[in-house]
Amino acid sequence: MNESTNNLTCAEFQALLPELLDSPTDMSQHPHLQYCDNCRALLTNLESIAEAVRHLFPVVEPPDTLWGQIELAIKREETDSATAN
Amino acid sequence: MPNSRSSMQLSDSAPKPFLVAGASSVSKPSAPHDGVMALQNEQADILAKAQAGDHQAFAQLYSLHKRRIYSLCLRMVGSVSEAEDLTQEAFLQFHRKIATFRGESALSTWLHRLAINVVLMHLRKKGLQVTSLDEAMEPASDQRPGRTFGAPDLMLAGTIDRLVLQRAIDELPAGYRLIFVLHEIEGYEHNEIATLLNCSIGNSKSQLHKARLKLCDALRKQRKLEGRI
Repeated sequence: MNESTNNLTCAEFQALLPELLDSPTDMSQHPHLQYCDNCRALLTNLESIAEAVRHLFPVVEPPDTLWGQIELAIKREETDSATAN
Repeated sequence: MPNSRSSMQLSDSAPKPFLVAGASSVSKPSAPHDGVMALQNEQADILAKAQAGDHQAFAQLYSLHKRRIYSLCLRMVGSVSEAEDLTQEAFLQFHRKIATFRGESALSTWLHRLAINVVLMHLRKKGLQVTSLDEAMEPASDQRPGRTFGAPDLMLAGTIDRLVLQRAIDELPAGYRLIFVLHEIEGYEHNEIATLLNCSIGNSKSQLHKARLKLCDALRKQRKLEGRI
């Protein structure tokens, strides 16, 4: 953190968040967070949501029956196409 | 306070799509070695067979991509039956167009873009204000510059309920939801999202951040209604 980050307003700090959250920086050391309860709370909330999303929404398997439906639809399209020709 | 990166950088743990042809497009290339080359050759072979009309090969492509396409659809629409319909439509279109795939991008990118357009078309038919991917990527008019978020008395203490979170995700504008799902759930990096959606990396980061803030607001409102904060 350089001196220019020492006296940021909440709006200025939050404008930097998209970049900061995507960087390897340890955000807890950011000067603004040392005195701003609002932005510290916001960051904690964003972390809670990210953590919840990671645990609550795994990549899921479609039902086994879906391929059968797709296969049937493909065959129907091919039959229709052959008939049209 | 924990290091924010450790909890915000979710994508490392998420599975990545495999590459078939045009492997340079989305995933970061690693140093090629025999195993990777063999896998790529095998997948290129499957693709070539599917393009020639081999049903078995197409079934293999379905098996390889079904989870990510179905998950994307499910998280975008929030309904199992709609997600199944959209996955079916995406793979049907994939089958119709596969012969035209020339490998300018990774197959997974091509297929995901196709699925995203199927989802957005579906949302438009449902009456949501989305007419194209470009429109979905436009910043929403309610994002006033200078607005600040956060208040210490509105902490999201305790666990976050899955249904509440899903409802909050469902209520995000389609463009925000798409980037949130791609980054936070599907595990794409911003450069990959930029390639998928034809937007800048900065736009992807900014839209994701707005989505996070909207979710934060929605969850806090829910907690207030429940009297938990």
